[in-house]
Amino acid sequence: MDPVAAKYIGAGIACIGMGGAGVGVGTIFGNYLAAAIRNPSAAPGQFGNLIFGFAITEALGIFSLLIALLLLFAL
Amino acid sequence: MAADPIHQFQINKLFTIVKVGASEIAFTNSALFMAIAVAGIAFLMIGLTRRRALVPSRLQSLAEISYEFVGDTLRNATGEAGMKFFPFVFTIFMFILFVNMIGLLPYAFTVTSHIIVTAALALLVFFTVIVYGFWKNGLRFFKLFVPSGVPVYILPFVVMIEVLSFFSRPISHSVRLFANMLAGHITLKVFGGFVSMIAGIGIAGWFGAALPVLMIVILTALELLVAFLQAYVFAILTCIYLNDAIHPGH
Repeated sequence: MDPVAAKYIGAGIACIGMGGAGVGVGTIFGNYLAAAIRNPSAAPGQFGNLIFGFAITEALGIFSLLIALLLLFAL
Repeated sequence: MAADPIHQFQINKLFTIVKVGASEIAFTNSALFMAIAVAGIAFLMIGLTRRRALVPSRLQSLAEISYEFVGDTLRNATGEAGMKFFPFVFTIFMFILFVNMIGLLPYAFTVTSHIIVTAALALLVFFTVIVYGFWKNGLRFFKLFVPSGVPVYILPFVVMIEVLSFFSRPISHSVRLFANMLAGHITLKVFGGFVSMIAGIGIAGWFGAALPVLMIVILTALELLVAFLQAYVFAILTCIYLNDAIHPGH
């Protein structure tokens, strides 16, 4: 296979990993919303934890994006 | 016809400051927008709070709210011991927030859409954590990698994972901000390209072009949220990493 073509295909495949991060971020915000509706008074106190969990989960998706960017521009 | 969506990230030299051999240090559009952001922050924080009115004006209370917002975030994450890092965290938050917001204006340059800027900020935080952690705790800083209450037979793997996650922090910290800004601005410009393409086909196209224009308005609102959220995420992660340096035990 043409190495350049393989590079682009690899970058595309690497981006599939971001779907997992999408599931994770959805789970975090969905659960936060469900809990916030049950107990609205406790919700603002957990906003920092929400953002922290979101950032950690998003980091895993970012690693696959990083692989895609490296394949496209660096290697 | 379609405009190049990457063109907005081009760095242009405005004028040369010094020439050192073959390389030169130039004042670029990136540096210009950083300077604008710093001037904006200085105007908000110094100029508008100078009167120190007991009943604050709208802009003075804006400065006070942002001050307390970052202060509360830092205090919740690190406790009173971390408040000596308040100027550091507040500077980082305000700089990223202003740079992101100014970047949303049409024709403006988004400084944080370049990984070199975000990587420099993330490495600054990373090395602050390492240097302060060792200075404050000495060798007890290594307890950060050894969580308490883990069975001995899986401890080596846990330590390996902890070390790996510690060293991947500056990568995720910098790439998160960079990728969000880059992707958001490319999306905006791609939709801008749709407008010019559809409007180019004639009178009927003008009505068709209204649809992507509406989409741009919605996306700009989303980008406004992302610009704030990413500045906040960067600041809160800075707080959490600093907390590791101050209280290394899990």
